[in-house]
Amino acid sequence: MAASLDTFELGISAGARLLVSDLSLSLPAGSLVAMLGQNGVGKTLTLHALAGLRAPASGEVRIGGTDIRRLGLRERARRLGLLLQQQDDPFPTTALETALMGRHAHLGIWQWETGEDQALARTALAAMGLAGMEGRFCATLSGGERRRVGIAALLVQDPGIWLLDEPLNHLDPCHQLLVLETLSQLAASGRTVIASLHDPVLAMRHFHSALLLHGDGRWQFGPVATLLDAATLAALYGVDFAAYQGPGGTVMLPAPRAGSRTPALTAGGPGR
Amino acid sequence: MRMRPSTLIAILGPAALLGLLLAVSFGSGAVGPREVLALLDGSADDTIRQVVLELRLPRALAAFGTGAALALAGALMQVLLRNPLADPYILGTSGGAAAFTLAAMLAGASGMFVDAAALAGALASTLLVFALARRGQWTPERLLLTGVVVAAGWSALVSLLLAVAPERNLRGALFWLMGDFAFADDARACLLIAAAGTIGCFALGRALNVLAAGDQQAALLGLPVRGMRIGIYFLTAILTAAAVTTAGTVGFVGLVVPHLVRLLAGADHRIVVPGAALAGGTLLVLADMVARTVLAPRQLPVGAITALVGVPLFLFLLERSQRATI
Repeated sequence: MAASLDTFELGISAGARLLVSDLSLSLPAGSLVAMLGQNGVGKTLTLHALAGLRAPASGEVRIGGTDIRRLGLRERARRLGLLLQQQDDPFPTTALETALMGRHAHLGIWQWETGEDQALARTALAAMGLAGMEGRFCATLSGGERRRVGIAALLVQDPGIWLLDEPLNHLDPCHQLLVLETLSQLAASGRTVIASLHDPVLAMRHFHSALLLHGDGRWQFGPVATLLDAATLAALYGVDFAAYQGPGGTVMLPAPRAGSRTPALTAGGPGR
Repeated sequence: MRMRPSTLIAILGPAALLGLLLAVSFGSGAVGPREVLALLDGSADDTIRQVVLELRLPRALAAFGTGAALALAGALMQVLLRNPLADPYILGTSGGAAAFTLAAMLAGASGMFVDAAALAGALASTLLVFALARRGQWTPERLLLTGVVVAAGWSALVSLLLAVAPERNLRGALFWLMGDFAFADDARACLLIAAAGTIGCFALGRALNVLAAGDQQAALLGLPVRGMRIGIYFLTAILTAAAVTTAGTVGFVGLVVPHLVRLLAGADHRIVVPGAALAGGTLLVLADMVARTVLAPRQLPVGAITALVGVPLFLFLLERSQRATI
């Protein structure tokens, strides 16, 4: 299900602080966007506003040309999904049951999940490397496994717009790659994907474009290849970046700081 | 190991019938199982008929309805607050209903007005706990502390009311406050409310599962979270009020029973709801039978029995569920 995502002069604020100002983006179906920025600049709040979970301070969000406030809740859930940054499980719910919840908006109020829905959920769990773990309680899964159950639930939900709040959190390199490849496939099939993350290298390698949030209202948007240079990243994160050449091309990494010392750790610690 | 949902219902359904049969077969009088069997094959006299059908059966059905209502109210509160420790007794809902009911009775109200007072008390108490614990997130600690303090407040109010109440009513009032079926002669309203609540929540079981995943997650999956929460909030208050007007404040059914069902058959509310209603009803029928017979002809308050069973059972379940998540 292909869908475009557009924002018009979107303003995001937390209390009195304006974090993002006049965000106007036009993302055609198939966009693959990495959202980068320091802790607390409003990445999560922006994703929540895009998903309609939270009213923006100003502006509007449209999916497929329709203002999301005009869409019914179920219709919105069929067209747009968001992976929350944290998921907790107070009740003994299994991985399969959690993945199956993705079908909620596709089923009638009184309807039960069919064998077909079950098969969809099993396939999605397997695609996230969780085959054989369907019956495990979510509370007993590791952080990375629980994260992949959340992504499997989104695969089951199958929306056109995919918003992911730090989908790579807790994932080992192998499963990071699995998730990134999955996101690429989704974009290739016409879905629009926006994911927040903290790794400029992965953003450059696996995403088409980047949205940088500075936390004071300013934002930048552009293709990763041109936008993510050393100077821009330095301004974004407040730390110098250097380009390194490797077999996969150029990567941007924080440069070692000259004379950098962490006062609490160097002030007369053991062994000195 | 998890039980299949159909297995659990196949056990709980017959267990409920067996519980009711036992409850009408034992009591303080001379009517026992043999007389009840005689009643079933039509050879019993009028006295037996009267004891079984007009005294014991209504009381057993009232106990079943109350237990089902409390267990369902507990399961729903646990979803509402995303906390397996929530329960109308612990969070003060029962206490609010009891305090309002007692106040209404002392003011000379009767019938419908007492029921309305119970509902008002349950609603007021739930609203109070929600409003006070709302700041930020409903953390388990904050919620439980708020509920416990509100419950203590109602308990103090009840003590004040008892202090000014006429002396001849004190023993009855005390028993009622501990949970007692001595005056439960009409089970119809409570049974009807419990049955309607169970069927409705069973039908909305998938939505309850989604709501239990959290407000934001539920909204993202297309659930009208606000409306659903308000509906559940009213339903728990109605269920609690129905239980309190039937039998006073009976504790631990709403806490222990849903917990037990989840441990046995998982957290899908399409099994938790009917399972908790059946198990809660059966538990209270049996507890009331024990309360009537163990020191016969003297009767004990059923709330004391449920607490005596509920406290160790809950501690055991807590310990087991802790181990199950590792």
